[in-house]
Amino acid sequence: MKNREVDQTGARSGAQCVVDGLERAGCEVVFGYPGGTVLDIFNVLCLSPIHFILSRHEQGAAHMADGYARATGKPGVCLVTSGPGATNTVTGLATANMDGVPMVCITGQVALSAIGNDAFQEADTIGITRAVTKHNTLVRSADEVPAAIAEAFYIATSGKPGPVLIDIPKDVQRQLTAARPPETISLRSYNPHAAIQPETLAALAEAINRSERPVLYVGGGAIAANASGPLTEVARKANIPVTTTLMGLGAFPEDDPLALRMLGMHGAAVANIAVNRCDLLIALGARFDDRVTGKIAEFAPAAKIAHIDVDPSAIGKSVRVDFPIRGDAREAVEGLLPLVRPNEHAAWRAELDAIRRKYPLKYARSETALQPMFVLEELDRLRKGRGIIVTDVGQHQMWATQFIRHLRPRSFLSSGGLGTMGFGLPAAIGAQLARPDELVVAICGDGGIQMNAQELVVAVEHQIPVKTIILNNGHLGMVRQWQQMFYGKRYSAVVLGSHQRPANERIAHAGEPVYRPDFVKLAEAHGMRAARVTWPAEVAPTLERAFADPHPWLIECIVDPEANVLPMVPPGAAVSAMIVD
Amino acid sequence: MKHIITALVENKPGVLARIVGLISGRGYNIETLNVGPTQDPAVSKMTLVVPGDDHVLEQVTLQVGKLIDVISVTDVTGARHLDRELILVEVATDSVAQRAEVLDLAALFKAAVAAVTERSVTLQMVGSLDVVADFMLLLKPCKILDLSRSGQIAVARGEG
Repeated sequence: MKNREVDQTGARSGAQCVVDGLERAGCEVVFGYPGGTVLDIFNVLCLSPIHFILSRHEQGAAHMADGYARATGKPGVCLVTSGPGATNTVTGLATANMDGVPMVCITGQVALSAIGNDAFQEADTIGITRAVTKHNTLVRSADEVPAAIAEAFYIATSGKPGPVLIDIPKDVQRQLTAARPPETISLRSYNPHAAIQPETLAALAEAINRSERPVLYVGGGAIAANASGPLTEVARKANIPVTTTLMGLGAFPEDDPLALRMLGMHGAAVANIAVNRCDLLIALGARFDDRVTGKIAEFAPAAKIAHIDVDPSAIGKSVRVDFPIRGDAREAVEGLLPLVRPNEHAAWRAELDAIRRKYPLKYARSETALQPMFVLEELDRLRKGRGIIVTDVGQHQMWATQFIRHLRPRSFLSSGGLGTMGFGLPAAIGAQLARPDELVVAICGDGGIQMNAQELVVAVEHQIPVKTIILNNGHLGMVRQWQQMFYGKRYSAVVLGSHQRPANERIAHAGEPVYRPDFVKLAEAHGMRAARVTWPAEVAPTLERAFADPHPWLIECIVDPEANVLPMVPPGAAVSAMIVD
Repeated sequence: MKHIITALVENKPGVLARIVGLISGRGYNIETLNVGPTQDPAVSKMTLVVPGDDHVLEQVTLQVGKLIDVISVTDVTGARHLDRELILVEVATDSVAQRAEVLDLAALFKAAVAAVTERSVTLQMVGSLDVVADFMLLLKPCKILDLSRSGQIAVARGEG
């Protein structure tokens, strides 16, 4: 049986080299969408053992590959056509690039001779994606394909991970080549591994041993480097309180008494105050993002700052750093472990415990109005520490950081840097494919779900049992909250229901308020089981039913439209300006 | 202040666009840019002059260094280095006196006369960043008809 495009001489087509390269790299799943310039690759892909998932939009395919990668640490792969196929992946690539997620994206391109001629479905994919990928490359001959694929996986997964795009013209896919992939890959212009200098670690350990008020500030880099284990050991050995960024949630178990939980704009008050008062801030795989630091001049004013990061350009970018350490996060904490001395830090911890008690996370509990925070608390209770939480972007995302306890790495997946609405559902599908036996819950708002709702059918047809929870407040809630707090309650372009729309939207509606679409019907139209929850008492039984069912579910929760995310450090402000109530 | 940044890069299509895109994408203007082959045909050398804040340029340099096709990048501004730029400038000389003035200036800067017409002199001048700046300042009173600058090129110098 001829199942490979290989001729008698052993030469194979560029398209076959692509598929062989994917198999060789250990790729198990490809997400994508076909088109004219990738027909040759699809023609051989369907003979490969690689599982193919047909998304309904290329952005969905990119987010699925991203979710797969975040849930496993293995690179996610997507395959799309030229022109619109490639441009539709741009948001997905930018999302992965900002959060350091390993991905390989293969795009078809028009034939070499047609490039630059405004050919049908031609776009300058390399030019367009240059700023949103870790690296990209146009392959000009089938001879280059085996090495290009192998290098793409190497670059995507090494150093600070990121998306790599390979653009392959149609005629290159059809050329025959005898080229074979390289046995080992080394690029003289790319040396991702920098060994940590022992003396820099010794100096940091000395500072930790002298510190009376240390804080560990842990970001996504710790998860990417699989540093959770030794990080937790270091924190417990020296009793160092730990705060995590959005991307770092789960790197340190939040049920540990040392956990301060998330810091930043919507972080726990105790986490922000701890950073404000600490004398040593140890950043591990975190990048001092503006949502974390607020007003930079007043960030950690009393602290010496240590910054451990694999990316040398991240160190010293936003803040002055006293202990710059370039290198792998896991290697760094493993190196620190024997050097740090046991320490109680009793006074510091007592001070922080008092702040934690003074500013608990809270919301107005109600028997009648369904609070979104209540839904998440119930979800956290019923998941019993299991599973993967995937979010979209907005208020629900911040509540999911606050009202769910994050205990394990790679179990909270969220678009942190780019803040991509529409990420949640497709990323959850990718995560569930990677970890089929886990409970995977996508938490979405009613705005974001509509940005990629077409992917519901993918969950149904593959019976991917993702549980999608929509916290429907009838608004683009986070924007509404900013308009309420900072724009004099002028609600422009944020109302999704039929009533109280601003005059310039010219939506005239008489009678009862109407919300469109009906999400339960939408799910059912895709063949997905669905339920609507309106009262607090309905939450637990509905979630239990969905969690116990092996099929995908959509649960729409009609929640209080006025609920806000608090505490909040206003944008560009210092911790002292934190709004608590 | 002006920074002179040199980079050794893979001689491949798109590398120049990548570096220029990274710098311009952050809102920095590249004052001069020179690209040429090196002793290794697979490697090109770029020299960029970018005005800007020291901290920001340090960031830009680090980020350029992160690009996969960049072999090495150095901000040579603060280190021992030699830098030169070639200038071709055509200056109007409407009178013999004016021509004499321009030739005097040329002599001061060791600029060669590349061409002469009835109404103009074209000078060819080579100098470091500072010397070129001085030369341009002294040329200001003259009427410049055309000016081409190669952009600075630089090499690092060993210690001692």
